[in-house]
Amino acid sequence: MELNQLTAHELIDKLKDKQTSASAVLDALYARVQKIEPTIKAYVRIEGAKKPALNPQPDSLLKGLPITIKDNICTQGLNTECCSKILQGFRPPYDATVIKKLKNAGAEIFPLKANMDEFAFGSSTENSYFGPTHNPWDPACVPGGSSGGSSASIAADEAIWALGSDTGGSIRQPASFCGVVGLKPTYGRVSRYGLIAFASSLDQIGPITKDVRDCSLLSQIIFGYDPDDSTSVNLEVPDFSKSLSKDIRGLKIGIPGEYFVEGMDPEVKTIIEEAINKLNSLGAVSVKVSLPHTEYAVPVYYIIATAEASSNLARFDGVQYGWRAKSDNLIEMYKKTRGEGFGDEAKRRIILGTFALSHGYYDAYYLRALKVRTLIRQDFDAVFKDFDCIITPTSPTPAFKIGEKAQDPLKMYLSDIYTISVNLAGIPAISVPCGFTKKGLPVGLQIMAKPFDEAMLFRVAHTFEQNTDWHKSKPRL
Amino acid sequence: MAIDKETVKYVAHLARIELQPDELEKLSGQLHDILGFIDKLSSLDTGQVNPSSHILAISNVLREDKPHDSLSLAKALENAPAKKGNFFSVPKILE
Repeated sequence: MELNQLTAHELIDKLKDKQTSASAVLDALYARVQKIEPTIKAYVRIEGAKKPALNPQPDSLLKGLPITIKDNICTQGLNTECCSKILQGFRPPYDATVIKKLKNAGAEIFPLKANMDEFAFGSSTENSYFGPTHNPWDPACVPGGSSGGSSASIAADEAIWALGSDTGGSIRQPASFCGVVGLKPTYGRVSRYGLIAFASSLDQIGPITKDVRDCSLLSQIIFGYDPDDSTSVNLEVPDFSKSLSKDIRGLKIGIPGEYFVEGMDPEVKTIIEEAINKLNSLGAVSVKVSLPHTEYAVPVYYIIATAEASSNLARFDGVQYGWRAKSDNLIEMYKKTRGEGFGDEAKRRIILGTFALSHGYYDAYYLRALKVRTLIRQDFDAVFKDFDCIITPTSPTPAFKIGEKAQDPLKMYLSDIYTISVNLAGIPAISVPCGFTKKGLPVGLQIMAKPFDEAMLFRVAHTFEQNTDWHKSKPRL
Repeated sequence: MAIDKETVKYVAHLARIELQPDELEKLSGQLHDILGFIDKLSSLDTGQVNPSSHILAISNVLREDKPHDSLSLAKALENAPAKKGNFFSVPKILE
């Protein structure tokens, strides 16, 4: 195996034993990038990119280990544009807290940033200002989104591990489409300081990795309280290496009936059922449960997320950073900058969110959505009284074709139907590879747990992974 | 609840987004469909339900009122599309 194909924990061991060097790892990644980027396009602003000099990092666990970062997480001195024209040329004057933590642990921030839907608005990475990323398992298909670049880079072995962000499924759905592991931590677990905000009550940064051990390792580093984020929670982070057991005997798993209904791909259904049987054969006890308000999650989300986005994106007005349209009138300058700087989906969401918050519609839309959010949360509370975790498909279908849903926003929104409730309820969830369709596209298994019980996710996911081989398959490129 | 072209135009103005005529046309149709789908929510009885603006049981997080270093002027202005001296520069707003 080449160095770029290894997991982070394998490389940590090799680096520690001096079997390889940080420079050799970076060389292997750059060679891979050169070879497959013309097909995959997981990275942005790649023209003329040369392997940089290594940064002097502290002698710590991750010394010399590169990590790929989504384009909406601030990296000091390294362009961070949310794949939007409106942030063209933006070089953050500071590091996001997660980046600071990684650097303190010795990690090397990979100088190419990962592609994404503009401002994380999308489920396919087609809404990027830089054009779409292609799925390594079938380049005619989308990698999912919005963290499509991060996920594809892992699947194509042009990254060791990566950070993404998840507002309605943006880590888990692309992880599922690309056959890799993706975790959305509990809301409040990871500092959002330096994550360019989409929907502040839903956004979380999380790991995208080649296996569950790497996912737990990266979580260990980025989790924890941060005084710079007033919504980060001051709660001890357990030692996740202890969660990587292979024992799930007696665990109670809830299977929500609402996630196995019309619209689901029959192949996905069979693969998920087989995965559940596998967990049962390993000693877990799965029982059918109900999350009765599931069908309202997508409409609630598209009110709350767009309302918050319309407010968060007000800051992009051509004054402090990014791109500015020419005009000698201030209001016109704002309007032109935003009209020309934002892509179609960003405009659609800002206008929808502004509408939902506007006078005369606030009670009918925004306030009602907040109330239904309470009902969705209560559904989970009720199930978690009796169950250790909930298992569902991550997505109702495998990766779809590029262009297939691009003209129909509503159809695209519905592709997040299995991931959105988790963000609304603030709970953690992980997607792990659990099989392939006949055409060779990966399918992901989603595991959800109680707030702050990521340890449960690692335990179940690791047990499943160690008893299957899905995570070892690599796309032929 | 329906949304017409005039409403979209007005909301776009509130959001300070200039829309081209073809954009306005397309967006009005799409928003109409999306809101039609969202109207599903009105079938639920939410009279007795409290809204969740946040899922965490924390509120009014305050930090200690101690002076500390902030971003330097030079760094804060580093990304500005236009600046004059120590200020962001914008088109004139007073005649």
